[in-house]
Amino acid sequence: MTEQPIHLRIRRQDRPDSAPYWQEFTIPGHPDHNIVSLLMALRENPVTVSGERVDPIVWEHNCMEEVCGSCAMLINGVPRPSCSALVAELDQPIRLEPLPKFPVVRDLLVDRRRIDQGLKQVKAWIRIDGVWDTHEGAPRIGPDAWAADYLYSRCMSCGCCMAACPQFGPHSAFLGPAPLAQARLMNAHPTGRYDKTERLHAIMADGGLSDCGNAQNCVRVCPKEIPLTTAIGELGRQTTVQLLKDLFGPR
Amino acid sequence: MSTPNVIVIGGGLGGLWATLRIADAGFPITLFSLFEVKRSHSVCAQGGINAVLDTKGQHDSIRQHIIDTIKGGEYLANQPPVKAMCEDAPGLIHTFERMGVTFSRTPEGLLDQRLFGGVKNKRTCFAGASTGQQLLYGVDQQVRRLESEGKVVKHEWWEFLSLLLDADGVCRGIVAMDLNSLEVRAFTADAVVVASGGMGQLYAPKSTTSTNSTGAAASRCYRQGAWMANAEFFQFHPTAMMGHDKNRLMSEAARGEGGRIWVPKTPGDRRPPKTIPEAERFYFLEEFFPAYGNTVARDEAARAIWTVTRQMGLGIGGDGGDRVYLDLTHLDAAFIGARLGAILEIYRKFAGVDPMTEPMEIFPAAHYGMGGLWVDFERSADGGIQPDSPRNHATNIPGLYACGECDYAYHGANRLGANSLLSASYSGRVAGESVVSYLKGLAVDRGGLAPAIPQAEVACQQGINAELMRAEGADTPYLIQKELGALMTTKVGVVRSNPELTSALGEIQVLQERLGNARLGESSTWANQSLAFARQLGDMIELAAVVAQGALARDECRGAHYKPAFHIPIPEGTFAGDPEFEAYRDRWHANNAQWLKTTIAEHTRDGPKLSYQEVDLSVYAPTEPRDYR
Repeated sequence: MTEQPIHLRIRRQDRPDSAPYWQEFTIPGHPDHNIVSLLMALRENPVTVSGERVDPIVWEHNCMEEVCGSCAMLINGVPRPSCSALVAELDQPIRLEPLPKFPVVRDLLVDRRRIDQGLKQVKAWIRIDGVWDTHEGAPRIGPDAWAADYLYSRCMSCGCCMAACPQFGPHSAFLGPAPLAQARLMNAHPTGRYDKTERLHAIMADGGLSDCGNAQNCVRVCPKEIPLTTAIGELGRQTTVQLLKDLFGPR
Repeated sequence: MSTPNVIVIGGGLGGLWATLRIADAGFPITLFSLFEVKRSHSVCAQGGINAVLDTKGQHDSIRQHIIDTIKGGEYLANQPPVKAMCEDAPGLIHTFERMGVTFSRTPEGLLDQRLFGGVKNKRTCFAGASTGQQLLYGVDQQVRRLESEGKVVKHEWWEFLSLLLDADGVCRGIVAMDLNSLEVRAFTADAVVVASGGMGQLYAPKSTTSTNSTGAAASRCYRQGAWMANAEFFQFHPTAMMGHDKNRLMSEAARGEGGRIWVPKTPGDRRPPKTIPEAERFYFLEEFFPAYGNTVARDEAARAIWTVTRQMGLGIGGDGGDRVYLDLTHLDAAFIGARLGAILEIYRKFAGVDPMTEPMEIFPAAHYGMGGLWVDFERSADGGIQPDSPRNHATNIPGLYACGECDYAYHGANRLGANSLLSASYSGRVAGESVVSYLKGLAVDRGGLAPAIPQAEVACQQGINAELMRAEGADTPYLIQKELGALMTTKVGVVRSNPELTSALGEIQVLQERLGNARLGESSTWANQSLAFARQLGDMIELAAVVAQGALARDECRGAHYKPAFHIPIPEGTFAGDPEFEAYRDRWHANNAQWLKTTIAEHTRDGPKLSYQEVDLSVYAPTEPRDYR
């Protein structure tokens, strides 16, 4: 395979509070480069098209197999993991920007702690007595239920769904699709359902489920094809039932 | 006295399990990680996790699991911890299950188990094709719960730089750096657990590991006196797809289902592979190993690919011609699609080429560091390890514990498919329990750490940073790492020879000197990744010397370490009772007497100092050479 110059436009930002600016680079590469490997090549010799030597570009990456979720960014306007974004399938100049909606730390590196906060808010865990051996298995789960749950357990908190969501961002308290989908997953678990009421109350409050505008952007950009809107729909039904229970019934 | 506190470094399976066990016992914990813990390399494991549940009517036994693990490591593992690990595996799986891990299920809703490499029984629990990810999320969720209850504090985007050792050499905390502000700060603790993962990046980019698997944290402990053990044993996986950034694993299943490995017979043949006629292709595995063909064992396949590319010069591909074809194109598309869907998808996604129409290009890749920080254990009366002994998973530095891929224990666990996730989880749990015992045994009147110690250590670490920021040499750390990876792959890789290892040690020394004079090419002190990387690279080079030195000293072939000059072949056509075979058996015994031992490396100013330790063979001693004929 022959090398061809690859043209990049990268939005840079030196500090969280400084103004962003653009830089352009051309670097020789193969079509089988992905964005992470291009950025790696670029940091060895970070010289712009105008010949100016600049600081190496800062971004986050780890597994580079689309499973750790760290390297997501905006590529030609679309939020996606950069490891699985092949140069050959992208129009040039390739435009790289930090994942929107999250605070920029530097260049393409963002702070996604809000996902974690959301997971805490919806109690996205199974409450167990302790991690010792209880000499007992857990309740059975049928293959159909497993198949449905497995889809949601693959969420790697990359934040693409949140970046694409018009309701999520610094302007709102909305939890965003990823934590909501985890609430659905935990509610479906035979032990996790013991805390279902608490989880539902958490998403019936401000920033919860009702803030979803049903734009469907999240499900379109999810790299793991997680049925996020299906989860949100299921939670909608669960909260309606919960509302009636809260009004009329014992909990 | 206030409640003793613990620092855990690393948030993969090992670190999170240790955290959970320590928190269960009521001790406060601070967890340090280079990134959000859920992004740890544990997520990359796909296959599964072993435990004898014997749910498939095969009369599988824990004893068999123990023996498979011991043999998998060619007897290098101390056997009491292996025994305890296999015995505790079923309980561990059930605990994961209680955490909500989405293990694949049988029609009746039970845990499903499947067959995995090197094992005769269905012993592997799995969660689709993403078991590591699911297991890690299980413990990550539990740690998040504890964090919300105030029992765990996370310091993500902080890097461990050095240990705080008191006047008696006891570990009393760490110095760490905020990766954004570059603030260097001391954190005192009553015990420290290192769970910082493997060191596959020594071989980058021809490694399957994550970019943060540098081994730097373990190396920093080593520099301060912790022993490294068996570092020369590095597992290479024969079939990984090449990438500019890394090699990605292509499961053995591709060959198992009929994939064929070949290269063109003519060196430098640049024709597209599909246009090269059968007669001009060299199906070398089928020629070298007529009985096994393409399904020959991992080590053999890796060595054959090495021979063909590096020694015979028949490799394909642009960069030095060290790839070979893994060809599935002759197989039925529907069959392959159904059986190998996940692999095909990865190749398509990352190479942009369809392996059903074009042969894949692959090369052996560094996959798992089987050595690591030396850790202790206390043998119990029943031949396992003593529950709750403070010696289990303790390094030779009092108060410092290690678990997961960064420790050396359970050697061979990882040479058996689906045993690595088990050893990472189990060792984390044991290390956690051990730390709890250590804390309970601490003297009530143990004084605080003299303030001069953290002050001096922080100043020292800040000095290293300032030095790196100032340097204005010709090299950059990124270019030096490239050279390190190429050097390690070429000279300390799949096949080793003493002259090459000696020359590698010299070159490693040169790289260390060049790094001392490299320029970061970086002006900002905010989120300066080049600085953190340059520091890690120095520690990687230190480790590379330990790997190469250990390999140079070990004049034998054992497991993942292979030196053809010291290979003892089974004489062809002879069997037990034949004089020639018995002579071979004697040589095999003599070799074990000399080399069946643990390499210990101690840091000195002049490089690693090696010594050897007996292996505890009390469960299943080696009596017969392995004979797969």
